[in-house]
Amino acid sequence: MRMPNEQALTPRHQAMRILRPSDILPSEITPRALFEERRRFLLGAGATLAAGAAMWTGLPADARATAAKLGPLARSPLSSDETQTPYKSVTTYNNYYEFGTDKEDPAANAGKLAVRPWTVRVEGLVGKPRSFDIDELLKLAPLEERIYRLRCVEAWSMVIPWVGFPLSALLKQVDPQGSAKYVEFVTHYDPKIMLRRPVLDWPYTEGLRMDEAMHPLTLLTLGLYGEVLPNQNGAPVRVVVPWKYGFKSAKSIVAIRLVEKEPRTAWNKAAPSEYGFYSNVNPNVDHPRWSQATERRLGEFRKRPTLMFNGYAEQVASLYQGMDLRKSF
Amino acid sequence: MTKTPSATQLTAIKVALFALCLVPVALYVQRWFDDALGANPIEAITRGSGDWTLRFLLITLAVTPLRKLTGLNWLLRLRRMLGLFAFFYASLHFTTYFWLDQFFDLQSIAHDIMKRPFITVGFSAFALLIPLALTSNNYAIRRLGGRRWQSLHRSVYAIGILAIVHYWWLVKADVLEPMIYGLILAALLGLRGWWREQERRRQIAASMPHPMPGAKVIPLVAKSR
Repeated sequence: MRMPNEQALTPRHQAMRILRPSDILPSEITPRALFEERRRFLLGAGATLAAGAAMWTGLPADARATAAKLGPLARSPLSSDETQTPYKSVTTYNNYYEFGTDKEDPAANAGKLAVRPWTVRVEGLVGKPRSFDIDELLKLAPLEERIYRLRCVEAWSMVIPWVGFPLSALLKQVDPQGSAKYVEFVTHYDPKIMLRRPVLDWPYTEGLRMDEAMHPLTLLTLGLYGEVLPNQNGAPVRVVVPWKYGFKSAKSIVAIRLVEKEPRTAWNKAAPSEYGFYSNVNPNVDHPRWSQATERRLGEFRKRPTLMFNGYAEQVASLYQGMDLRKSF
Repeated sequence: MTKTPSATQLTAIKVALFALCLVPVALYVQRWFDDALGANPIEAITRGSGDWTLRFLLITLAVTPLRKLTGLNWLLRLRRMLGLFAFFYASLHFTTYFWLDQFFDLQSIAHDIMKRPFITVGFSAFALLIPLALTSNNYAIRRLGGRRWQSLHRSVYAIGILAIVHYWWLVKADVLEPMIYGLILAALLGLRGWWREQERRRQIAASMPHPMPGAKVIPLVAKSR
């Protein structure tokens, strides 16, 4: 399936590179043009997104053949049609502090994480607490591709084609009790392979209000670019909450607890005045040390304005009606 | 053993050092054109130029202690170039912010400088470096007089501290790196303080009259031996 496309594309790829004027930022223009052109071409030819991604990175196809493909994937009306951030950027520019605090560290160090066997305990105020094996999770609900904007609290952003299904599908399986008001995510921590310095209070924990967790945008995420999650992106299972700053989307989850009280979260514990429980993307409420009004979309030269709720206001604004978002930041 | 290089040798050393000081910026330029600066090249350049400013500040501040400890007095002849390179990298750092990051958005820059403490501090450090760079020539030393020139240039200690604070305040949680730079700065400034104190004591001791022969001196503070 892939070979004919690849052959058809390779000469184009080279031609584009040769013609690239050196005075234009390569990261700005070439990748976008190339990416869009190839993607259209591949989609037209009926090829998978994953193949497109593999070719985009310029790696030999074999280099990415090890990542297991996920599929078939349903398309979602909740997906963005914006230009996707290249696979290489998505997988080499990460905040996953357990594997190092520089952006390149997780890609270098997360290989040590054993993602199988893996189970996720779903417990707390639920009628049917139980553990889910990762293979079970992969089959729990139809996998969808969700192309979401990701806005980091550090004022950069990406557009990532995640793969997963709504978290609500998992939560419904365990029969949440009426007293469950919040969801706490507990993530994997293994000091043998992870950072031992107490930069944050390990294990990293995060939390959502119950209605946020049940919202159709909240994605239990198992893959990106049509493949299982790379370790540095939070393998084997994470959550993605696209209208909140990236750190709210906990990686490598081992337990999901339904609780009555607002759970403490890792960044909130580290700096309560800087990282609130809600941490909704909000251009009008600055981080105490920097502005949140604009962001740099990776691959773009100029900053762009940050959108309220990261552009998902239509879907989620109603969750916060009557709340002072300056106080509940 | 503490041989002073000849004028020709010193020139050769200076030329080599000049080239060496340009290596970091050359590597960044090369990586820019190779598209090898990672997913966020502007951030990589901002960080890189900031790191090298701090490193050159520390290297410059290390010249005097190194000279005293090794007796290689000619090292002092390299200090001006090193200091000017600190300014060079600071200028690149500022330009990156001004141009690539903010894209000449003066309103946003003014807002940042006033409202973001880490930028206020970083900008102050840069502003304080400017007079030092402008007076880094023999004419300025003659014009100002050695003493005034020296007291002006002592502001580099404050600049070093501001630079560390700037770095410390911008990191989100992991202060390990600013802490390492901070400890090096503390050692370099601490050595100076200690030497000053020794010198002060030596002078006091030298100016004190010798006790009368046969008189017993009662020390006010117990001497540790």
